[in-house]
Amino acid sequence: MEIKKTALAGTLESSDIQIMLSKGTNGIQIDLDSEVAKSFGDDIRRVITTVLTDFNITDVNVKAVDKGALDCVIKARTIAAAQRALDTVNEPAWEVL
Amino acid sequence: MTESKERLRRTMMFVPGNNPGMVKDAGIYGADSIMFDLEDAVSMTEKDAARDLVFEALHTVDYGDAELVVRINGLDTPYYQNDIKAMVKAGIDVIRLPKTESAEMIQQLEAEVVKAEEQFNLPVGSTHLMAAIESAKGVLNAPEIAAASDRMIGIALSAEDYTTDMKTHRYKDGRELEFARNMVLHAARAAGIAAFDTVFTNMDDVDGFKRETEYIHQLGYDGKSLVNPRQIPMVNAIYAPSKKEIKDAQNVIAAIEAAHQKGSGVISMNGQMVDRPVVLRAERVMRLAKASHLVDQEGNYIEK
Repeated sequence: MEIKKTALAGTLESSDIQIMLSKGTNGIQIDLDSEVAKSFGDDIRRVITTVLTDFNITDVNVKAVDKGALDCVIKARTIAAAQRALDTVNEPAWEVL
Repeated sequence: MTESKERLRRTMMFVPGNNPGMVKDAGIYGADSIMFDLEDAVSMTEKDAARDLVFEALHTVDYGDAELVVRINGLDTPYYQNDIKAMVKAGIDVIRLPKTESAEMIQQLEAEVVKAEEQFNLPVGSTHLMAAIESAKGVLNAPEIAAASDRMIGIALSAEDYTTDMKTHRYKDGRELEFARNMVLHAARAAGIAAFDTVFTNMDDVDGFKRETEYIHQLGYDGKSLVNPRQIPMVNAIYAPSKKEIKDAQNVIAAIEAAHQKGSGVISMNGQMVDRPVVLRAERVMRLAKASHLVDQEGNYIEK
């Protein structure tokens, strides 16, 4: 599935991660900016990919700016961004949460 | 249920629901209750993101023994129903309804909670409720609100909105809140639930905060809503029982045990009858003493 519009969730404050989703054509492409990318980059990418896959989003460009977010924060921000991008904010995806 | 109604609730710390740093660290300050805020602390455009964040945090972060509360958005907002569903699914201990003005509002909330519990296959009755009283109408209806549901564990006075509704504002001496404080407290006690006092927002006025906390402690409030973790030890110090209170409570409890062993129905201590209120007070003193680390596991007083 493709997303309907570009959407952003999260902030650049400490412990947060900002996730921007925009239309893509070549699978899930993640551009990650994180001070801990060396140690945790793969983990962060995995959390984001899992959430997007749960939403059946197959083609999307992801820009992620991490400020030391825990997995639960990465998951929450990706969910918020996905629902915004799919225009389904008012119908939370209970099976993904 | 009893356990949940009898627990200590000296401190209820507000945590802005869309702030990951504060949400993840909320458990480290030793608050008796942690209240994640989806309402006033979250801007309109971030309501969905805050709900997602609190949901995921509740699933992942270990908040120890703290009671977990969430303040949802009000009945008249488009976020109300999804807030309830998400928090019930997350297994929150207590849902706090803002701007409560009538028993019907609590009953309506309960109906939504039941629907959510059924939708997510949770035991019906597992989510508790509390009400924030923020208007003249709410204060006058406090007794009905407090008794509106078996799920109710407490009511809280919220003074900012209330004083605005009363065409006044907050003063240092708090006289403008006298009636509301007593009304809310009486409503809570009559219904057998907890009473929480309002927040004190001026962090620079430490003396004012202490004065206000001593005052509501004297009235009989279970505790206070807090906006800053620095206030937690100050409240706990005021709620900590004195050495004499602990010794007296220990004597009362020993006297009960002695009487039980003798099979005697009437309990006397130092020639005076110990009746139910004295026993209940002694048990509360010992709970407070344990929470304040003034006694060890066996209940022996720890000399400083």
